[in-house]
Amino acid sequence: MKFTGKKLVVGLATMAGMVALTAAPALAQEEVTGVLTEESLSAEAVQVVLDNIWVLIAAVLVIFMQAGFALVEAGLTRAKSVANIMMKNLMDFAVGVLVFAAVGFAFAFGEGNGFIGTEGWFLNSETFSAGWLNLSLPTFFIFQVAFAATAATIVSGAMAERTKFKSYFVYSALITAIVYPIIVHWVWGGGWLATLATPFHDFAGSGVVHTTGGIAALVGTAILGPRIGKYAADGTPRAIPGHSIPFAIIGCFILLVGWFGFNGGSELAADSAVPAIALTTLLAASAGALVAGLVTWLKDGKPDVAMAGNGLLAGLVGITAGCAALNNWSAVIVGAIAGALVVVSVYFFDRIRIDDPVGAVSVHGICGIWGVIAVGLFAAEESDYWKQGLFFGGGTDQLLSQLLGIAAIVAFTAVTMTIVFMAIKYTIGLRVSPNEEVEGLDVHEHGYAGYGVDVVTGFSDEVLIGSTGSPSGKQV
Amino acid sequence: MATLVTAIVRPHALDGVKNSLKAAGITGITASEVKGFGRQGGQTETYRGAEYKIDFLPKIKLEIIVTDDLVDTVISTISAAASSGKIGDGKIWTIPVGTLVRIRTGELGDEAV
Repeated sequence: MKFTGKKLVVGLATMAGMVALTAAPALAQEEVTGVLTEESLSAEAVQVVLDNIWVLIAAVLVIFMQAGFALVEAGLTRAKSVANIMMKNLMDFAVGVLVFAAVGFAFAFGEGNGFIGTEGWFLNSETFSAGWLNLSLPTFFIFQVAFAATAATIVSGAMAERTKFKSYFVYSALITAIVYPIIVHWVWGGGWLATLATPFHDFAGSGVVHTTGGIAALVGTAILGPRIGKYAADGTPRAIPGHSIPFAIIGCFILLVGWFGFNGGSELAADSAVPAIALTTLLAASAGALVAGLVTWLKDGKPDVAMAGNGLLAGLVGITAGCAALNNWSAVIVGAIAGALVVVSVYFFDRIRIDDPVGAVSVHGICGIWGVIAVGLFAAEESDYWKQGLFFGGGTDQLLSQLLGIAAIVAFTAVTMTIVFMAIKYTIGLRVSPNEEVEGLDVHEHGYAGYGVDVVTGFSDEVLIGSTGSPSGKQV
Repeated sequence: MATLVTAIVRPHALDGVKNSLKAAGITGITASEVKGFGRQGGQTETYRGAEYKIDFLPKIKLEIIVTDDLVDTVISTISAAASSGKIGDGKIWTIPVGTLVRIRTGELGDEAV
């Protein structure tokens, strides 16, 4: 392939035209909050702009977490289904954004009852004219849809290497359109958990996002069954090593970076609380990675790289609910406990025939539950949003609300996702054929392999280097 | 007459073996990456808590064709260069070569070594 000058010019002109077309209506609508003119150049107006910019940047960081999930999941599974994992991560995001814009956001944040929002379909700007704090509808939606996509994509890794692509497609639409938004409504949309005498506190979604995704992954994996070859005839779990530890660890680092948007952005404002939230996030992640590495080292004689990566994520999930309410020392303790918990949990689920190649159920489901409970134990200074935890002399009020909330989230997710996955299983089917599973999902589901497409399809050298290529294969 | 000397050695011993053989006057070596196990029978590791066995460990197979008078030199050279004294150092064996032809010139037997 080579670009001619003419094609380049035509392409640039088309792009410029598209930019002009999309920019024109946007300019016409600029009476919305926060446009700076000389008259409006007040501290409040500047704050509105700062809040929107920060949360928008945070939203983009959370969207970048999709790349982290894709790499972690690809790295910890086998090469023969790597294109399938990438496609699932790409499509649950694309489908998720569209269905969340159409109905999910209204279920979550529309006016309604304590259980579910009932208005504001298709981002109706009249329903949502008030905005959130200083945030405009576009800012808040992009931030929230990034969270919805996170909840959905957690399941992808747990069900890897054996799930039909079309079935995953249906699942991801249903969880992002209905199941996840209902839980969001309870907690962040003014629903029943937000209006308890002592409101349930889940700052950035240990429970709302991660436990929901983790429990959905548990249900899906249980209904799906383990991969062929995962268990010996006597039931002993066998190791199926992932194909790229570098992918997995780079993915963990990307998730760590994205998490500063996840937790820091959940302040929904650019204020002085954000750096403290970022610090608790960082401390918990580091404690989680360290402890998970040490636990595997003590137990198996060598520090397990992938488990240490899981520990980093476990610490992050654990601190997500309490990143604003906990002090630094509590963050280290909560992260460390999450790091130990994730190792024990991965080993446990492996033994009870829940074949979760990436540890999603343990990282997100189990450590998400821990993160929510930790708020009730470690919340330090009392605020408008939470009471002091049990260990800080606040009694059991907050702890009981946390236990009630997480029990409701687990139960609702388990019931609804059982219905979803059973319905999929008995209609379009959930699992690929044994033959397809053994040969890998890439070619069967998507037409070509993730690696080495030239070898697999048997292209001649001439095709590979192009008809104008020199014998050395150099492009001209 | 010519003899085929085949040696299985550790991958990291390859450079040392090659240099010693060249110093001893050997003119050609064919090396391939192979996997195998011997008396030790591989090793056991854990991945995310599940034990698994690595039965086949990576080794290098060397094939060297020499005239019969050099066989003892080649064997002792490889042994010296590839030995660490630990399990897994490998093996050396010889097979008499039937017909040997240099493709370019058509030379036969010892001439073709």
